[in-house]
Amino acid sequence: MPQHPRSDPREIPDPAGGRARNPRRLLLPVSLCLLLGGCASNTSWGWYVINPMTPNGWTNVKFLISGMGATILVSAIAAAISIFLGLIVALPGLSANRWIRLPSRIYVEFVRSIPLLPMLFWVFYGLPIVLKSMGISFPIDPFWGAIITLAISDSAFTAEIYRAGIQSIARGQTEAAQTVGLNYIQTMRYVILPQAIRRILPPLANQFIYIVKMSAFASVIGMQELTRRANELVVTEYRPLEIYTLLILEYLVLVLAISTFVRWLERKMGSDERG
Amino acid sequence: MTGPAIEMAGVNKWFGDFHVLRDISLTVGQGEKVVICGPSGSGKSTVVRCINRLEAHQTGTIRVDGIELTDSAASIRAIRSEVGMVFQQFNLFPHLTVLENLMLGPVKARGLGRREAEARARHYLDRVRIPEQADKRPGQLSGGQQQRVAIARSLCMEPKVMLFDEPTSALDPEMISEVLEVMTGLARDGMTMVVVTHEMGFARRVADSMIFMDAGEIVETGPPEIFFSAPRSDRCRKFLSQILHH
Repeated sequence: MPQHPRSDPREIPDPAGGRARNPRRLLLPVSLCLLLGGCASNTSWGWYVINPMTPNGWTNVKFLISGMGATILVSAIAAAISIFLGLIVALPGLSANRWIRLPSRIYVEFVRSIPLLPMLFWVFYGLPIVLKSMGISFPIDPFWGAIITLAISDSAFTAEIYRAGIQSIARGQTEAAQTVGLNYIQTMRYVILPQAIRRILPPLANQFIYIVKMSAFASVIGMQELTRRANELVVTEYRPLEIYTLLILEYLVLVLAISTFVRWLERKMGSDERG
Repeated sequence: MTGPAIEMAGVNKWFGDFHVLRDISLTVGQGEKVVICGPSGSGKSTVVRCINRLEAHQTGTIRVDGIELTDSAASIRAIRSEVGMVFQQFNLFPHLTVLENLMLGPVKARGLGRREAEARARHYLDRVRIPEQADKRPGQLSGGQQQRVAIARSLCMEPKVMLFDEPTSALDPEMISEVLEVMTGLARDGMTMVVVTHEMGFARRVADSMIFMDAGEIVETGPPEIFFSAPRSDRCRKFLSQILHH
């Protein structure tokens, strides 16, 4: 049986030598050194480009941050659609009848397999042609192109989250609801979903963070969001290091704000449920 | 209505290849109390679950109050509105208060006004003798209290028939009697009841007729005086000796 060299006890070289032979291990320390070294010396960093104390720097910062609204708006609308669409896709997927289950499975497997960027191109450049041939004139601008793509792409994942959450509620709950006369929609609305939502919320929040980050792709179809703004500024200022660093920090702030909000929401619902 | 409350004739059911119910035929008269017993896996719970369509039977007929139970949603709805059910695991809704548990069915399924539904809920909570627990969550109650809430929840739908699927099997011993007392009271008031249970003392006191099931079929039926003193079949005698002398 072939053995992995590192699991072979006869061959333990000195640790430093082993590390040196694996370049991937150096990735983190080296990049950290570069980053910190860059901060310490003024030769490779030019913070003036986004220094809010100077008029030009302040203009640049305002320009970069002005993409925040579009990023938030696109992400929020896409997430709202995805949360709704995911439920619509998930419910038939829970049916006992395999022919009702099938379309839901196909949708999830199909949508899940499409990378975001090709889907964005297809929706932005291709979908208007499809719609036109069907006699529908709906011009897709970058804003709606991004929303449609993000919402559909994400809905496959939210559907799976709903499915897992609903399946985790004991079958006896559905049976009890049936015996007090509730129909399917009432059972979901008053009995199953209120219980499932507490378990669904954390992974759903994860998906929202995912949408916020993926919205950066919308820059390639010309959406004026955070990443697009950064790209445009880099082209005029030639300071990619500083500008992209700020861009990353902008996403960090956004995601941390969402996490904090969700943490609060979870606590609120969790304490509601206790007892 | 003068016909029988429940009529099952030649009912068969399979779970895949497993023949769970074999030619089940039984009649439950209006106001009659029937106790079903038998070893685990004998199909006794399945019989009860077929009566309100938590499980679908494959052949034979089931009638409740003259309505035949078919695949049609209308017949299922009609029958479920006449049949209350109490589960072994209570199956209360944990996210709702006791009062909300009792009001959900009447308000959402029957369209009863909230005030009327609340009055009804409080009435039945009185009847199961826990009016003071109305605003608590199920998780704050003992098992016996939870099961009494579950009984009250069924009664709020004002059913003609009550089904009990091992209602005391999940309870600690000291809580069994409080649930059985409520059930005995219900029986005294004339409710038609089908009870799957191993509580033979309750069966002796309350049952009009006993049914013993084994391996998916009804092996023996009869009034409790004869059933307990002179069981005809070996299987029934063996089962009774096991659960009565342990």
